[in-house]
Amino acid sequence: MSVLIDKSTRLVVQGLTGREGTFHAKQAQAYGTNVVGGVTPGKGGTTHEGWPVFNTVADAVAATGANASVIFVPPPGGADAVMEAADAGLALAVCITEGIPTLDMMKALAFMKGTGMRLIGPNCPGLISAGRAKAGIIPGHICKEGRVGIVSKSGTLTYEAIHQLTGNGLGQTTCIGIGGDPLIGTSFIDALTLFAADPETEAVVMIGEIGGSAEEEAAAYIKASFKKPVVGFIAGQTAPPGRRMGHAGAIIAGGKGTAAEKMAALTDAGVRVVNSPADIGRAMAELIG
Amino acid sequence: MKIHEYQGKSILARHGVAVPRGFVAFTADEARAHAEALGGGTVVVKAQIHAGGRGKGGGVKVVKNPDAAHAAASAILGMTLVTYQTSPAGQVVSRVLVEEGLQMTREMYLGLVIDRSTQKSVLMVSQEGGVEIEKVAHETPEKIFKAFIDPALGLQPFQARQLAFKLGLSGDEVKKAVTLMLSVYEAFVASDAALLEINPLVVTAAGDLIALDAKVNFDDNALYRHPDIKAFRDLAEEDPLEIDASKFSLNYIKLDGTIGCMVNGAGLAMATMDIIKLAGGEPANFLDVGGGANAEQIKNAFRILMSDTSVKAVLINIFGGILRCDVLAQGVIAAVQDLGVRVPIVIRMEGTNVELGKQMLKDSGLNFTTADAMDIAAAKVVELGKLGN
Repeated sequence: MSVLIDKSTRLVVQGLTGREGTFHAKQAQAYGTNVVGGVTPGKGGTTHEGWPVFNTVADAVAATGANASVIFVPPPGGADAVMEAADAGLALAVCITEGIPTLDMMKALAFMKGTGMRLIGPNCPGLISAGRAKAGIIPGHICKEGRVGIVSKSGTLTYEAIHQLTGNGLGQTTCIGIGGDPLIGTSFIDALTLFAADPETEAVVMIGEIGGSAEEEAAAYIKASFKKPVVGFIAGQTAPPGRRMGHAGAIIAGGKGTAAEKMAALTDAGVRVVNSPADIGRAMAELIG
Repeated sequence: MKIHEYQGKSILARHGVAVPRGFVAFTADEARAHAEALGGGTVVVKAQIHAGGRGKGGGVKVVKNPDAAHAAASAILGMTLVTYQTSPAGQVVSRVLVEEGLQMTREMYLGLVIDRSTQKSVLMVSQEGGVEIEKVAHETPEKIFKAFIDPALGLQPFQARQLAFKLGLSGDEVKKAVTLMLSVYEAFVASDAALLEINPLVVTAAGDLIALDAKVNFDDNALYRHPDIKAFRDLAEEDPLEIDASKFSLNYIKLDGTIGCMVNGAGLAMATMDIIKLAGGEPANFLDVGGGANAEQIKNAFRILMSDTSVKAVLINIFGGILRCDVLAQGVIAAVQDLGVRVPIVIRMEGTNVELGKQMLKDSGLNFTTADAMDIAAAKVVELGKLGN
């Protein structure tokens, strides 16, 4: 088992014909993902690297039975692409695009309500179910099938966690990069809820960072109802206040959103919080190894 | 992106929000001329820097006539203001706002921000104006009133009215407050703001509602569609190394420590700063070269790190996913050969083509220290940084 994506997923790539879209579609297919086609407005009816290209997501769904999409379109059209995916009736969209204006995303998230589509991202590395399928840019070769789920705001720090788990003999079920923007489709709580229901996921690594209060909200959820062991790390313990640390959402504003507050909340919820990012794999091995 | 108060007020005014009459001055002579143009009476001379707390730091002066405005501007222009929002070194003032003095009866707070949990804009007001709103939020949160705004529908008049009554306004003031709030929301959306604060929002003796201060931060992701706002950028408010880095799409933030670091990905870059601190060092910077950095960007990143004279040692921490380790190695070797090295360099890399990358570093004959794990790399770089002292 895994969550959100597996061998049965039929993936369409929005922005397939772009450099990033093409590269990662090939990577996903090589990993075993069923990539069924792409969407590039104006190029409908052509083929690209062997895949059929459609003008709209709706056309792609009608022709291929696609049920999920991965989005590589440039930032000005990112939120629009998310809405188009939702409108076409997809169950899942994974938006990799970094740099979508916040107010655009706010509208897209409002539009999505009631459509039943789950959005991962934007500004995220996507997700991978180890040994099964992936949608996004997480390198497949560092993953190993196993029993630990990962949910993270960060891209390369997720790779680091995967690497450490694998190095400690622990494989993964699904690794979900939820993204570093202020407004995102899937929260820590959403991802944890999915892992709670997945019998193969025995424990979870949760990687947060400064800014906002999603980690504190997740801590309250874990304390109240999440039964599986969790290892947590919060990036930005040394970040200065008032500065945006790369991710649009990673900012300590008005004294709120500090790493210390988040680490305290998670510790209080029974999470094994590690101070050092080098200890993620070791801590998990101690918990379930 | 941050802008100055007078620029924020110009945006508000464009959307129909009342602001005091005023002009920006870069010299004391200009300040006197502006004071004369405002009628020759009482004016306020306010330092313009991208930080709050200017009054406490001596950057705001109320004066009675144009000559006094000249004197006040002379004193403020060129001064280094240190406030709770600036760096410890402070910020040099190079422009002042000269504004008409107003008689006011009340000071209130109004702010618009994006609420991440509800994924809506939220309009906040409080009767506690003119003080740090963070303090109010912390100590007496019941004194802050909020309206959550549907992004498709916008702020509704009834929501503004509810807040106006919560502010204790009555009669005509309520109508004026509703109009003002609707205009402020319009300005917020039209300019893709990330934060908009009017603190204080005042009621004048004449019964008007006026924005006496304005703080507006913008969503950097949306600046591409606001060339007018982009033009407000004041490079004098930014660190020269950060400006340099931004030209090469590098995310660089200057910090106070001695261990330079270069990392791919924002989360891993923050985690690398954290692990340097845990190893007993202090990070000199945050530097995210991005997921798809090329050799040229890596070279520029290296050059920027090297031009920070407080850097005693450098830690390069790369997890190769899209960015391959051999490309990184190539970039680092080229940079070191071109720029010369005056400090020890510790390289930790992992991921795609790591063996090839390591071999290239070894074959280069250059003096790199390598490490396989983050914590070991951090310990090594801190140790080498100390030896360099």
